Amino acid sequence: MAGSVLIVDDEPNIVLSLRFLMEHAGCEVRVAHDGEEALRMLGERRADVVLLDVMIPKKDGYEVCQTIRSTQDWKDTYVIMLTAKGREVEREKGLAIGADEYVTKPFSTRDLSKRVQEIVAQINASKA
Amino acid sequence: MRDPLIVLPVSLAYLGLLFAIAYWADKRADAGRSVVISPWVYTLSIAVYCTSWTFYGSVGRAAVGGMDFLTIYLGPTLMIVAGWFVIVKIIRISKRHHITSIADLIASRFGKSHLLAGLVTVIAIIGITPYIALQLKAIADSYTVLTAAPAAIADPVAGGFVDEALAVALILAIFSILFGTRHIDTTEHHQGMVAAVAFESVIKLIAFLTAGIFITYGLYSGFGDLFAQGAADESVRALYATPAVSSGGLWVSLTVLSMLAIFCLPRQFQVIVVENMEIDHFRKAIWLFPLYLLLINLFVFPIAVAGLLQNGGSAAQADMFVLSLPLDAGQELLALFVFIGGLSAATGMVIVASIALATMICNDLVMPVLLRHGRLATGENRDITKLLLLIRRIGICLVLLLGYLYYQMIGEAIALVSIGLVSFAAVAQFAPAILFGIYWKRATRAGALGGLIGGFTVWGYTLLYPSLVAVEEDMQLHPFGLAALDPHALFNVTGMDPISHALFWTMLANVGLLVGISIFTRQGPLERSQATQFVEVGHESTEPARVGAFAGTTRASELEELAARFVGRGRAHQAFERHLRERGMARQNLRTAYADSEMLRFTERLLAGAVGTASARVVVASTVRGNAVTLDDMMAVVDEAHEVIGYSRQLEEKSRALEQATEELREANARLQELDRMKDEFLSTVTHELRTPLTSIRSFSEILHDNPELSTEERSQFLQIIIKESERLTRLINQVLDLARLDAGRLEFEIEPFRLADAIDHASSTLTQVLRERGVTLELDVPSSLPQAYGDRDRVIQVLMNLLSNAEKFVPSGEGWIGVRVRPHEQMLQISISDNGPGIGKEHQQAIFDRFSQADQPDSGNPTGSGLGLAISQRLVEHMGGSIWVESTLGEGTTFHFTLPIAESEALMGQAAK
Repeated sequence: MAGSVLIVDDEPNIVLSLRFLMEHAGCEVRVAHDGEEALRMLGERRADVVLLDVMIPKKDGYEVCQTIRSTQDWKDTYVIMLTAKGREVEREKGLAIGADEYVTKPFSTRDLSKRVQEIVAQINASKA
Repeated sequence: MRDPLIVLPVSLAYLGLLFAIAYWADKRADAGRSVVISPWVYTLSIAVYCTSWTFYGSVGRAAVGGMDFLTIYLGPTLMIVAGWFVIVKIIRISKRHHITSIADLIASRFGKSHLLAGLVTVIAIIGITPYIALQLKAIADSYTVLTAAPAAIADPVAGGFVDEALAVALILAIFSILFGTRHIDTTEHHQGMVAAVAFESVIKLIAFLTAGIFITYGLYSGFGDLFAQGAADESVRALYATPAVSSGGLWVSLTVLSMLAIFCLPRQFQVIVVENMEIDHFRKAIWLFPLYLLLINLFVFPIAVAGLLQNGGSAAQADMFVLSLPLDAGQELLALFVFIGGLSAATGMVIVASIALATMICNDLVMPVLLRHGRLATGENRDITKLLLLIRRIGICLVLLLGYLYYQMIGEAIALVSIGLVSFAAVAQFAPAILFGIYWKRATRAGALGGLIGGFTVWGYTLLYPSLVAVEEDMQLHPFGLAALDPHALFNVTGMDPISHALFWTMLANVGLLVGISIFTRQGPLERSQATQFVEVGHESTEPARVGAFAGTTRASELEELAARFVGRGRAHQAFERHLRERGMARQNLRTAYADSEMLRFTERLLAGAVGTASARVVVASTVRGNAVTLDDMMAVVDEAHEVIGYSRQLEEKSRALEQATEELREANARLQELDRMKDEFLSTVTHELRTPLTSIRSFSEILHDNPELSTEERSQFLQIIIKESERLTRLINQVLDLARLDAGRLEFEIEPFRLADAIDHASSTLTQVLRERGVTLELDVPSSLPQAYGDRDRVIQVLMNLLSNAEKFVPSGEGWIGVRVRPHEQMLQISISDNGPGIGKEHQQAIFDRFSQADQPDSGNPTGSGLGLAISQRLVEHMGGSIWVESTLGEGTTFHFTLPIAESEALMGQAAK
């Protein structure tokens, strides 16, 4: 079963590359360009993995992450914070708020693809 | 042995040995293992009192005046044995007040007066000059006697030693400089000098005793034989006589003079007071020093008697008996040793005296002048110790040169002792100021000045002037032929020897003026406090007990009355009520009960709040002693209180200034912290902005690398993205560098007149492609008749591109519109760039010019851009003399305006300025 991935980022070129990578990894991909849109799309249908940028318009990545963690339906959603904010404090903040992983841009495409595939496989295994 | 080729090297070698001892002692002192901290060394250093006057002169005096030479040693013995408490008090005061010389002591007591210090220094220099001349004369004479052929002894002057005396002076100057001015010691301790002087005291004592023993037991068979032979000789027998009644006055005068000299001579003050390490050393010296004096005088009279006997009763060369007797007996080695002993006595005095005087010249004469004229204020970093040492070295040379000149003037006629007594009488002038100063609080600065000037003037007239003028003939000295002005019989006071006569008149003038003027003048506040501290030194701890001793004479009610005058009746009443209640005493007893010491202290504390502690004590003490507080005392107290209030006002101002400075520092610190935070933020943001394009570049590069099966179309699209993002990265790096250069003021501008229309064309044509792709309309409104702008064309293009591409990013795709309009306005060209984008809220309009402002507002909807463009544009425009601002309403588009100077107006203004 293909995992579903929600990409939340406002940089068109990064979105383009992530979409390419996730589709190649066999996932079903949706894209949100800001925080509110992300929550709305999750509300329509949950996702297995959220690739979440911090610096996005309207609601930032931390808020989105907090909302995901405080919503009962989404508590299994795996949140990977994917951001250019590389300071240690920001990383700690992300993990403290409830992100499962914190990946700093620029990232390795191969590692990210592999990681998402592993997560999807795990989710499938636990459902089975 | 008598060859100058032997005597000179031996003498120089001896001086070298002294220097080696001094050097060693200094090194030991530096290493913290002092060799001079000992009562023995201290006593021996005090024995610098015994100069060549003692060594040669005493015998000369004894050969003429019998036993009266002893007075010079009787005085110090009396002073030290019976008057020890005076000297201990002086040492105590000097230690407490860090006194470095006798001038310093007197000046400090009378309100730290520079004038007084200078005067004392001048008197000391003039007064000591004859004494130094005496030493030069003794060395010169003894050298002549030792080296000349026996025939020439009768007339030492024939030896032509006069120029060699100059050589002696110069050599001694060099040695004094080496001993005393190697470095500056804040305590003015010269441990090396003390060690060398103590050593010299040992040598001169041994040399003199050896000579005495040889003469008494070698030439004669003991004291009995010698005195018996003397008694048989008519000219000698006269010396045995007890002093006549007429010379009794001289005995007293000489004893008094030498009593004063022991602490008034600058060199004695130096070794006894300044160089004193511990007061206990002086207690040992109280019996050790008289013992030394006794030993060195033991053989004076026998040698004098022997000399007279050997020279057929002639006392002409009596000063040199101690040297000539061994010579005549063929004991040349002993004579050489005696010569070295005499040299020790002379050099010790010259070295200590010249160093003490040089210290005074430097500290009390030259430095105050330099300080007053601000010569030292400039160049604070300059090493002042070098200057101090130079002044002292010059001072030493000056002192010795003066001694030599005096020696030249007096020639050979005057005996050693007479010269020395002139100096004694001069320094004795310091005694009234010191003694009254440390025992009488009311002695004033004006009194001390008057006493010193009066005494010194009389000394100059009655002693110095005759010694200079009446050398050869006993000429008439009375100016204007007035017998009343005879320097040896002022106002026809006759029947006294010159020394007693001078002592009488100088002391009459000195003490009379000191006491008289002090009674009629008032002390300044500093003078008063110094006076109290000097007179009461060492009494501080016993203060309450002393007040207590007076208790029992004052009624408690009197104290309340006193307090009421200072703090008000009501407050005094309340305070005394409380005091009585606390001690369980009844109010009705107040009238009759005597105040005890506790009540006195309570009153003092009560008054201290109103007039300060020092004044409170004065007031209470004067009441207790039964002296009502006089108007004068009250005025003095008020004066002091005023001064204290003045100080506290200054203090208040200072603390206010300090508070302000602290506040400013705190603000500066806060600003710095804010700047630091901003720098941190800036770095973090720059990193973020750099990572974003880098992410796309890396991602697509890896995708292209890992997916060779991609279609040509996709491949081309991804490569296109990589190129664009690389360009964005380059632009960003350039902007960061531009901003850094702008902030550091290192960006270079080429400011000159240029056509603004051209710059706008250039910028818009560069963006044509992008605008067309997004379907944005660009509308230019640039009049053809515009005057030339004044600025850097390339930087203006940079600003235009920034604003245009900003607008391009915000306008809606397909129906975007951007307008550029230029109008001259008040000597400036105003460029306005409008768009139909979403607009900027009022609250953000100021912040958008900050660096990375867009990055701080994620909800502004800004899609791309570094956030540095506007910050850079603002700096560029302002640097060219213009300004930049924004007008916008949410939902109704945005207009950026910026201005540039008009080239002509710039030229016109330039002309107008000419």
